[in-house]
Amino acid sequence: MIELFRNPNWDFIGKRRRAYLVSVVVILVGLGSMIAKGGLRYDIDFTGGTLIQVRFEQAPPVARIRTSLATLQLGDSIIQEFGEAREFIIRLPLTGADSEEVGRRVQKALASDAGLGKFEVRRVEFVGPQVGRDLQLQAVYAVVAGLVGILLYVAVRFDLKGGVAAIVAVFHDVLVCFGALSLANREFSLPVLAALLTIIGYSVNDTIVAYDRLRENRGKFSSKAKAFADLMNDAVNQTLSRTILTALTVFFSTAILLFFGGKTLEDFAFVLFVGVITGTYSTIYVAGAVVVEWTSYVEGRVRRGKKAVAKA
Amino acid sequence: MPRHLRVRIALVLAVIAASVWYLYPPKKTINLGLDLQGGIHLVLGVDTAKALAAQTDRAAEDVKGALERKGIGVKRVAREGNAAFTVELASPASWNDALTVAREFETFERRNEDQSAGRFTLATSERRVRELADSAVRQGVETIRNRVDQFGVAEPTITRQGEDRILIQLPGVQDPERAKALIGRTALLEFKLLDERTSVDDALAGRLPEGSEVIYQRRVDKETKAERKIPYVVQKRTLLTGAELNRAEVNADPNSPGNWQVSIEFNAVGTRVFGEITEANVGKHLAIILDGTLYSAPRINERIPGGRAVITGQFTVDEARDLAIVLRAGALPAPVAILEERTVGPSLGADSIRQGLIAITGSAVVVFIFMLVYYRGSGLVADVALGLNLLILSACMAAFGATLTLPGLAGIALTIGMAVDTNILIFERIREELRVGKTPRSAIDAGFTRALRTIIDTHLTVMVTAAILYNFGTGPVKGFAVSLFVGLAASLFTAYFFTRLVFDLVYLGRRKVEAVSI
Repeated sequence: MIELFRNPNWDFIGKRRRAYLVSVVVILVGLGSMIAKGGLRYDIDFTGGTLIQVRFEQAPPVARIRTSLATLQLGDSIIQEFGEAREFIIRLPLTGADSEEVGRRVQKALASDAGLGKFEVRRVEFVGPQVGRDLQLQAVYAVVAGLVGILLYVAVRFDLKGGVAAIVAVFHDVLVCFGALSLANREFSLPVLAALLTIIGYSVNDTIVAYDRLRENRGKFSSKAKAFADLMNDAVNQTLSRTILTALTVFFSTAILLFFGGKTLEDFAFVLFVGVITGTYSTIYVAGAVVVEWTSYVEGRVRRGKKAVAKA
Repeated sequence: MPRHLRVRIALVLAVIAASVWYLYPPKKTINLGLDLQGGIHLVLGVDTAKALAAQTDRAAEDVKGALERKGIGVKRVAREGNAAFTVELASPASWNDALTVAREFETFERRNEDQSAGRFTLATSERRVRELADSAVRQGVETIRNRVDQFGVAEPTITRQGEDRILIQLPGVQDPERAKALIGRTALLEFKLLDERTSVDDALAGRLPEGSEVIYQRRVDKETKAERKIPYVVQKRTLLTGAELNRAEVNADPNSPGNWQVSIEFNAVGTRVFGEITEANVGKHLAIILDGTLYSAPRINERIPGGRAVITGQFTVDEARDLAIVLRAGALPAPVAILEERTVGPSLGADSIRQGLIAITGSAVVVFIFMLVYYRGSGLVADVALGLNLLILSACMAAFGATLTLPGLAGIALTIGMAVDTNILIFERIREELRVGKTPRSAIDAGFTRALRTIIDTHLTVMVTAAILYNFGTGPVKGFAVSLFVGLAASLFTAYFFTRLVFDLVYLGRRKVEAVSI
């Protein structure tokens, strides 16, 4: 029998202060990168604009594409190599009323420079200002709805403490993912949002497994025999091999998606990839730890309250 | 003996049979999204304000006409905003007669009456404004559907989205620019008289009579491809529109070799009106105007009784064909603007399918091997369950007519990783029970029973997020939510119900179980 861990009994909860430090550093590095780069970069899904994916027969120099587009005076276009040397993505900001014409004009401009050779337009996306605004709003609604849904679910199934802890863990994961996006210079797009929501679900899912175990154990031993922190630590340890194994299988899936899933899905897979790692980490170190901190805070107040009563 | 074995086996077999039934043949049963098969996704915004303004203009003309027929002098009629117009009478003396005429226009409410100045405003009622906007969008959907059908696109989707938007999905369209031009064109065909008393130079200098406007004709030089714009002075009043059209056909332009023209035939009303116009205006020029561009302005030589006309304008055969289509399908009641466009070429779609399948296969192979190595016999059961999961997932997509998109493929790859979670939860639990010294049989029992609650919790949380994703997302993201949701639902059945059945068959039927392959 292959076993990752045999009766693991690590002191995760006891070392939670160190874990806080790791989390804070990681999140601060991510936030620092976001601040340094002036916030996350948003895809045209949210900003509005035009995206054109072109594949040339022979790889042309980027500068040449830029010069042929410059004649159009369409504002700051971003030209990026996409997957291979002869494939490019051209992004253009929103320009005035007839933005849907932009795609056609870009094609004309590229065709007029014979030096660029033959090319094929593989994808055109245009998102108008109205739609971009709608999508922004919807994105916010979706994330809020996701968080509220999970908070309610965990609060009803377990307790409010658990719900809040799960949300803290999820926040932690989302912040880490944002930071990773910024550090890797990737854009926030609709698929990335979908990946984030998936990670929210996944992270909570993991946390729930540990809570379920905690509750089961609490039924078995009277809570007075063991401190709450130890109970939590036991639950994390007992579910550790499952947590790691599941994380591994999901990690394999996302890694394959990231490395073989193609350029279009890359950002999406990247967020899942980072999210699985931070989601697993936050289950072990964040969610349990928050409940423990909260419980000890409440217990401390109760104790102090009792003392005060005794004195009086 | 474990309970209900026969029923459970029958249920699993029935699910497998149903899945195969729905899936066969896969090429026909699975809908591919636009991002996979290539095509256009468009969201059009209907400019209902313009439709309303046009309606108001027409009503203003009608009121003016009705007043003049009664011999009431009108000094001025002017539109105010989109929904109202003000009438100013030549003299306040005819006030009462004018009001009688105005009352006949029931959809308008009279406001700001000023008898001494002989002035009143007619405003479209709020309800009528809403009705007009609504019918503009509904008619727009119908007209576009008509055009697309005539253009020939297999399985198009054309639906209204929200208040004033139209969603159009055209799979497999090879020439997106042409399709877009066909759909987005208003195609308002108008016949107006040239204003032959005003010279073009005067008009361009701003000396334009109130009832006239300048409209341009486009001429493209065959050699240099340079475009010229030729101005014409045209009377504003529309005599006849494309609404009275019966037929529109493409034929070669006899006067201009290599070019094509569209010949049109009016319906009974159109034929009568066309006859009257041509009779009353012999010797004058009749301008044929499409979407604000003048195509030709031939001289009327005599009364034309048959209700036939031709539209010429240096058309290629495709242009002429598309023009005939839009004329037959009718004009859009209001102009539309493209709010969102996503066009994917067929080659990119094919690449995406290939990469998506690689990701799914790779992910499946790695997870299969992992489970087999780590859990041996039980891992094999989990692998079979996973295979079954993928079968049910695909069958559900086919049965519900769900669309498979690129993120949907990613969702399946992810489901593979997540679906074995249930088996891992159960197997780890069984191992634990074995470790504390339980017999294999009771360990299996306890493992399944104790893991169940956790399994339901984990599934529900991810399904909640998938449902939220579905509710807010657009096309491709929706596809991801669907495959994630269905995959998880299927995994409850395969990873729990099916796995447990196999364990019961293998271990619990026997009198004595020595060891579990786990």
